[in-house]
Amino acid sequence: MKQPSTTTIVASTVLVLSLAASSLVLHRTDELRPQATADETLFLTSPKVIERASLGFNGLMACIYWTRAVQYFGYRHHYLATSYNLLAPLLEITAHLDPHLIVAYEFGSSFLAPAPPHGAGEPQRAIELIEYGIQQNPDNWRLYYDLGFVYYMELHDYKKAAETFERGSHVPNAHPFLRVMAAQMAQHAGEYQTARMLWSATYQTTQDDQIKQNAAEHLRALRVDEDVEHLQDAVTSFGERTGRLPSSMAELASAEHLGGMPVDPDGQPYKLTSQGRVEVQNPDDFPFVIHGLPPGFKPKYNAIP
Amino acid sequence: MKTRIAYIASNTFREAVRDRVLYNLIAFALLLSGAAILVGQISIEIEKLVVINLGLTAVSLFGVVIAIFIGIGLVSKEIEKKTLYTVLSHPVRRWEFIVGKFFGLAGTLVVNTFFMAIGVFVALFYVAHTFVRADALIFVALYFIVLEFLIICSLALLFSSFSSPLLSAVFAFSLFVIGSFAEDLRNFAGMAHGISRWLATGAAYLVPNFSAFNVITSIAHQQPIAGQIILHNTLYALFYAAMAISGAVLIFDRRDLK
Repeated sequence: MKQPSTTTIVASTVLVLSLAASSLVLHRTDELRPQATADETLFLTSPKVIERASLGFNGLMACIYWTRAVQYFGYRHHYLATSYNLLAPLLEITAHLDPHLIVAYEFGSSFLAPAPPHGAGEPQRAIELIEYGIQQNPDNWRLYYDLGFVYYMELHDYKKAAETFERGSHVPNAHPFLRVMAAQMAQHAGEYQTARMLWSATYQTTQDDQIKQNAAEHLRALRVDEDVEHLQDAVTSFGERTGRLPSSMAELASAEHLGGMPVDPDGQPYKLTSQGRVEVQNPDDFPFVIHGLPPGFKPKYNAIP
Repeated sequence: MKTRIAYIASNTFREAVRDRVLYNLIAFALLLSGAAILVGQISIEIEKLVVINLGLTAVSLFGVVIAIFIGIGLVSKEIEKKTLYTVLSHPVRRWEFIVGKFFGLAGTLVVNTFFMAIGVFVALFYVAHTFVRADALIFVALYFIVLEFLIICSLALLFSSFSSPLLSAVFAFSLFVIGSFAEDLRNFAGMAHGISRWLATGAAYLVPNFSAFNVITSIAHQQPIAGQIILHNTLYALFYAAMAISGAVLIFDRRDLK
């Protein structure tokens, strides 16, 4: 076998040593200025410019930007960062490059909406992102669900949440769950009529036993909420007229012409406390009611299937 | 005539293979297998999308680079090496030489694309563990990419017929970039007035419209491509390539080779 020449040996040695030395120097440089590698920079922020620069290969660029967004969020989340300045622009660029990349809306909104350190604390940007997604993919019911979820969980805007779930429930092949959620949100928002309509529709149209059962429970709870509100108004009216609280539910029913002893959907008469509060006899039988519960009572809130 | 064109085409193909053009397949295989394995670990729910997007984009870009860098040397190299005189001293017409060169380069790219397509499907099977009916749409994207190559080959050959390799590369690559913005040019023409409108409209129709061939993103989302579009793109590519080759033939036929 031919022996390697001196030049080969020297050149190979220099190559290996130089490579190792350059890596070492670079590592030391990173240690001297750690922020330089940790803080990412978005040199191009305009989705349109990036789209032009991608020469039509938008799909691949979208995948790259989505991966970058995931990496950016994951890195900062791992270190419980309090700011996620680049997250929204990264997601917006991703969505602009590939408007049909559903995962960017679904997961992106869950990165953007929650407050730091669990998210960027930008629910409004999350809403704008999903609204753009809905505009581009109007037949995707999941996006409506995600949008309603942000309204409900982050903004506690039950009315908007209900509207969004309701919009989504009209999308062809939408999951029946959306209708269930729409009704639930409407109930939380105090819009009994809307909620009753949605829950009744859910009850009548669903093929799923669990959803049907759930709808029935919500309809019962709606009736209780409305009854209690009505009875509470009667107590107020009685107090204004007589200057005292009614001593019993029977006295209230008689004085306010309620047409007999008011009973809950299970046939149990409503209770009237000495403080003039109207309550149900068995709160555990109505897991979804909002009114008529004893102070401090926490219902066993069953998750909707 | 047919035999002479086929002979020049097969020689062009052989020359490209001898020039180790197909080595790009190794880089392609490494890129795709690396992406297929790594993306699942660094991203969320886009493994299949990445394989399709990256695979088809790589097929397209590798092919464009090959088409430009081989196409620009097809004529000038023959003149430089003086092999052109040997060829033309035989009963070979100049237009046959140009057409043969075009088919040789196009054939090289088709073979290259075929092997890359196998790579795309292997990577796809690796990440998805199965094929679905919609995966067949990838063939449409590959077909459009091949049509795109036909146009680029013809343009590279056109520039090669009268210009130096360096300038030909610049011209061909510039046209590829401009062609990718053809839709924007058309939009600009729609907004302009007077002479600008005429100039912009003329330019929009003169430059190749590559954006029409790029359906990768749609295919990745399993959106079907209408048969009419396939037909129109086929006709457009054939007409445009024929136009550019005719230009190359006209120029080369009048060129003083002394």
